Amino acid sequence: MFGRLTLAAIPFDQPIPLITSLVVLLVIGGLAVWISKNKWWPYLWNEYITSTDHKRIGVMYIVLALVMLVRGFADGIMMRAQQAIAIGPSQGYLTPEHYNQIFTAHGTIMIFFVAMPFVIGFMNFVVPLQLGVRDVAFPTMNNVSFWLNASGALLVNLSLFLGEFARTGWLAFPPLSESQFSPGVGVDYYLVALQISGVGTVLTAVNFVTTILKTRAPGMSYLRMPVFCWTALASNLIMLAAFPVLTVALAQLMLDRYLGFHFFTNDGGGNSMLYMNLIWVWGHPEVYILVLPAFGIYSEVAATFSGKPLFGYRSMVFATLAICIISYMVWLHHFFTMGAGGDINAVFGIASMVIGIPTGVKIYNWLFTMYGGRVRFNVPVYYLIGFMLTFVVGGLTGVLLAIPPVDFVVHNSLFLVAHFHQVIIGGVVFALMAGYTYWFPKAFGFTLDERLGKAVFWCWFIGFHLAFIPSYLLGLWGATRRMQHIPDPSWAPFLAVELVGAAIIGLGIVLTVVQLLYSIKTRDQRRDITGDPWDGRTLEWLTLSPPPHYNFAVLPDVHGEEAYWTRKQTAIKEEKLIDEPHYQPIEMPINTPTGVIVAFFASVCGFAVIWYIWWLAIVGLIGAFAIFVWYAWRDEHEHIIPVEEVRANARERRRIRMEHLHSISQST
Amino acid sequence: MSTISETPAIGLTHGGSEDTGLGHRGPESKSIVVPYGFWLFVLSDMVLFSALFASYATLVHATDGGPATNQLFDRNLVAIETMALLLSSFVCGLAMITAKRKNMAWTQIWLVVTGLFGLVFLSIELFEFGKMIGEGAGPQRSAFLSAFFTLVGCHGAHVTAGLLWLGTMIAQIWAKGFRQDITRRLLCFSVFWHALDIIWVAIFTIVYLIGTLP
Repeated sequence: MFGRLTLAAIPFDQPIPLITSLVVLLVIGGLAVWISKNKWWPYLWNEYITSTDHKRIGVMYIVLALVMLVRGFADGIMMRAQQAIAIGPSQGYLTPEHYNQIFTAHGTIMIFFVAMPFVIGFMNFVVPLQLGVRDVAFPTMNNVSFWLNASGALLVNLSLFLGEFARTGWLAFPPLSESQFSPGVGVDYYLVALQISGVGTVLTAVNFVTTILKTRAPGMSYLRMPVFCWTALASNLIMLAAFPVLTVALAQLMLDRYLGFHFFTNDGGGNSMLYMNLIWVWGHPEVYILVLPAFGIYSEVAATFSGKPLFGYRSMVFATLAICIISYMVWLHHFFTMGAGGDINAVFGIASMVIGIPTGVKIYNWLFTMYGGRVRFNVPVYYLIGFMLTFVVGGLTGVLLAIPPVDFVVHNSLFLVAHFHQVIIGGVVFALMAGYTYWFPKAFGFTLDERLGKAVFWCWFIGFHLAFIPSYLLGLWGATRRMQHIPDPSWAPFLAVELVGAAIIGLGIVLTVVQLLYSIKTRDQRRDITGDPWDGRTLEWLTLSPPPHYNFAVLPDVHGEEAYWTRKQTAIKEEKLIDEPHYQPIEMPINTPTGVIVAFFASVCGFAVIWYIWWLAIVGLIGAFAIFVWYAWRDEHEHIIPVEEVRANARERRRIRMEHLHSISQST
Repeated sequence: MSTISETPAIGLTHGGSEDTGLGHRGPESKSIVVPYGFWLFVLSDMVLFSALFASYATLVHATDGGPATNQLFDRNLVAIETMALLLSSFVCGLAMITAKRKNMAWTQIWLVVTGLFGLVFLSIELFEFGKMIGEGAGPQRSAFLSAFFTLVGCHGAHVTAGLLWLGTMIAQIWAKGFRQDITRRLLCFSVFWHALDIIWVAIFTIVYLIGTLP
């Protein structure tokens, strides 16, 4: 009846996961009661859960990412604490079994359920606005993508309370992850959760490539698109071509585990190196899926806060596309030690170093954008500068690792761990925090507190360097990654420093929450009236903050590279706005519960597969098919926003803009 | 499929968009956007199959002492199977032509025939799988057979999903007629069905023809 699921699945004997789960359940229950008490469920259901509005979906992605960041960080600091304590005679407070689950969960969550939803959230929120259109190409599918991603996150977190998580490392390498060596449900949780969220990611990629290539405001030719849209395009192209390979690798491992196939087993002719190749054919491009949009955010920040057009726009576009393509040709550098031979290793080593060239082009472009500009030192610029300092060093250690003989010495060591944390925190996380500060007023109509924002930046910046730079030394001295116990007492001071660094990052995360609450409390003093708080250059700053559901009353006509900047300067010079256009009713997609229902059945089905409850899995599949048929049968897909509403809204915006224009012309 | 009075895509109320295909003149109409998105999905499916082909190529000689390719495959049977699938695709093309002329009876007939040929294909595949498993050459026997069953079975699963989709398309056309959104879906279905043919041609060549070389 319940497959492998018994009461023994609840970890009564392990206080840490048990107490954590109870606290999480209490928090969720408390939130539910609070929402019910304020009667906010209808609002949440209509405005967020079933919304097809790309802005709302973007916000949901980012909320999911921030919640999962707390979980992933908790895992991280537990590991740091264990390594700082378990030295010499001491064994620390985590058993090896538990420790292995924690580092697996940390990597899985941080990549799949923090970095990915954060990046996709920004693409959702920003891309249609920057393109000057009203939504993505497939709004309902967008909602489905989000909920599938959330379903994956749910299953990963469920493993805390029911059963266990994988102990294999975040990529579940076989043969360790085969049922012979990992008989429990941990690897199954991992595989099923990633398959479900992977489907969502492929749908996202289809959606955004179509959106960027086929739905742009009139006049916005390719070389007039903002750089963030270019990087989003490159990122989604990589997703489209890389995620199916992940699906295959994970599906083959599932077949091995569930049906006794022999893809990667030690016996039957299986070949575990096939898995390494497949997983890294996805895994290396994945890095660029994350970092290219991050580069896009830095480009927007650099141009806006320097008050100058981006230096070398075309070279930026070419560099982005070069990275997009080369990112497929380097996967083997993750296992130079496989024994493919000197020639193959040399090819992949050189290809890996070549990526440094377009990246270097980008760094110089940002520097030259700032050079000669009137740089305003708002929070996003702090992250931009912090990023350039940190990322260049991370990139250089990457070039070191790309030299096969060096890699043979330091592979799987803390040197590697330090390298990829340096590029992911210094590259991606700093960009996400910059973007969070930069676009927050557009989403909610008020800015975040600058003072606390700067404090958060310093926590991340100082905390990161303390937490990871010592690892370079430890790695060179021979410390391998993922150690539950440290044999060499002379490493203790370095590990203690790293724990302090992690604690400072933790303080930064706490301060982020404080900043949010404080900014909400004082929002009346920090309203963004004009919709253009940073003196922006791209089309998202043309509309109000927060934008109406349909973004633009009339799609903007684009002339030149910096669509909004050109228009704004003309208005300031002529001291008038463009003539009032002819407003028309607007057709917008209606809300739909399809996404949340599909995700419900996907979760049920996934849970059933993890625990071998086959009847429930069949129920889940039938449910999913039924909702597909039901959705296809629906006749109403759009509703019309009447022209009176559009006109009233647009006139209000024009009135605000005119006032702003007068205040500018009086001050100059 | 593109007619003059297309419903505009999201955001398109800004004058008329002539379908340049490049999106320079504002958002394209749905008759461009929807099939374009579906093509991208098909491309990602091709990537999925290419990973399965790569796995098969890696493992084809890893028979672990079990049967190898030229002891298992029957060219004649696979030839019939292939003809069934290719004919199914051809008939699907006929259905598209009749659907364009809004001829309900013939569209339904051709769609049903498409499905029947698809069923013939699937039955032969299942028969072959059953026979192999009966001879002790199931997917658990060796890495080669795991890769074979996964590659060919994944194509078969796509055909099955296609047949379920075809069923809903037949019902939708029957109940709602040749509405624009329905014919758009039919176009996507035919793209999918032809794409499965292309993949089958690769399977036929790489797995069966090369596998039965003496």
